[in-house]
Amino acid sequence: MDLVTPDFGLLFWTGLVFCLLLFVLTKFAWKPILNMVNEREKKIEDALLLAEKTKNEMLELKAENDKIIKEANATRDAILKEAKEAATAMVDAAKNKAKIESQKLVEAAHQSIQSEKSAAIAELKSHVATLSLDIAEKVVRGELASDDKQKALADKLAGDINLN
Amino acid sequence: MIGFKIVKALASFIFIIFVSLNAQASVEKHEEEFNVSEMIMHHVKDAHEWHLWGDEHEGKSIYLPVILSDNGFKIFSSYNFYHGKEEEVKDSKGNSYHYYKGLGPADGYALFHEKVYKLNENGQLSFKDDHPENTKPLDLSITKNVLSLFIGALLILVLMLSMARFYKKNGPVAPKGIAKFLEPFVILIRDDIAKENIDHHKYHKYVPYLLTIFFFVWINNLLGLIPIFPGGANLTGNITVTFFLALCTLLVTLLSSNKNYWKHIFATPGVPIALMPIMIPIEIVGIFTKPFALMIRLFANMTAGHIIILALISIIFINKSAAWGALSVPMALFISCLEMLVAVLQAYLFALLSALFIGAAVEEAHH
Repeated sequence: MDLVTPDFGLLFWTGLVFCLLLFVLTKFAWKPILNMVNEREKKIEDALLLAEKTKNEMLELKAENDKIIKEANATRDAILKEAKEAATAMVDAAKNKAKIESQKLVEAAHQSIQSEKSAAIAELKSHVATLSLDIAEKVVRGELASDDKQKALADKLAGDINLN
Repeated sequence: MIGFKIVKALASFIFIIFVSLNAQASVEKHEEEFNVSEMIMHHVKDAHEWHLWGDEHEGKSIYLPVILSDNGFKIFSSYNFYHGKEEEVKDSKGNSYHYYKGLGPADGYALFHEKVYKLNENGQLSFKDDHPENTKPLDLSITKNVLSLFIGALLILVLMLSMARFYKKNGPVAPKGIAKFLEPFVILIRDDIAKENIDHHKYHKYVPYLLTIFFFVWINNLLGLIPIFPGGANLTGNITVTFFLALCTLLVTLLSSNKNYWKHIFATPGVPIALMPIMIPIEIVGIFTKPFALMIRLFANMTAGHIIILALISIIFINKSAAWGALSVPMALFISCLEMLVAVLQAYLFALLSALFIGAAVEEAHH
């Protein structure tokens, strides 16, 4: 029967020791331990979340980068294309202008040549006229150098007139 | 890992040596009939001495202080009983009883079956139906179980405070050393016992209690398995200790119970009114049977473990031949290993069921 009869002395000591143990452990062991364990768990959770977040951000960033690169490429291509077009246009324009200029020059040259020519011709004509007059004068002078000749000429001229 | 193996080998070696030494000593000395049940009961119960080795009188014991409250406190060594005057007395039916009459400071008291009695006017114990009729002074002695309790509590304190110190020193980092070993148990209690069975918003309050219960039962169970001092006391197999622990759980349950808990007892939802006269007493008894089962479970498990090991070792002494050790030692070793499992299992169960009862008491109505 002793085996299942509670004993007051042991009950007293068990109660005392257990309550003290509960108090001391709660204050100096369980609270600090559980706090630290909770804190660590929170830290790990936060770190995992942060890692996940960072990963997503990285992905976003990468996508954005790709987009930017793509856009930049497109812009570059566009600019190049535009530049090429502009260059071609400029060259063409220059070519046209040069052509027109040269044509103008040629025309101007033609005109001046023409005018020079006509001037020269005119001058030549006047020279020729003068020369012929001179020659004619000299010839006439010669013809008329002697009375005979004057007379012959007058006769000839008179003959010509008669014929008419 | 290797260290663990060495410790295991060493432990079993010491155990075998211890058992065989005892065996030889007993075979040589014991001429009288070896009383197995008396030896086992003597071991399983509390005592005022911590017997180390040898026979009753020539053997070595730690004599523990006896503290009596009988018109003021009286403190003296139990040596005064065990080495006092051995008396034999016969009751009316002719049964004879042996008891120790105290000498010196223990004068006027007698020890019978580890209980202290006050001697009557004739300076004797008078027996009636197996037990003395004499009055018992209030006995607050540091018995074997009390000393074991102190050692266990000290061990728990050292373990847990050094664990707490690790965290205090290192902050919230991955545990190392003692903290690495103990943390899984702390987390087991917090997550699988407290959080699982008690309302999510309220469980925090009960974790320290459950942790204390778990480690108190576990460490003391393990101490009880060590065959020699400072272990071997059957503390957690003592009904007083399990009674106190169960009482704590009952008190925690009742003090934290809410309206819903009492509604379930006095007006169980869904039960017809006609059945109430039956249901209410059943529910009221149920309040007490739960912790009562806790008390009996731990007591019976631990005491049974001690009895089995002692009974197996007793095979040697019953047959008076050390050769029987070849059978009894491996069997006792096997049971010892099993008891290591039982030690943690019972601690786990005690904490789990406590959490379950507390959880039922603080549960909010779902309907």
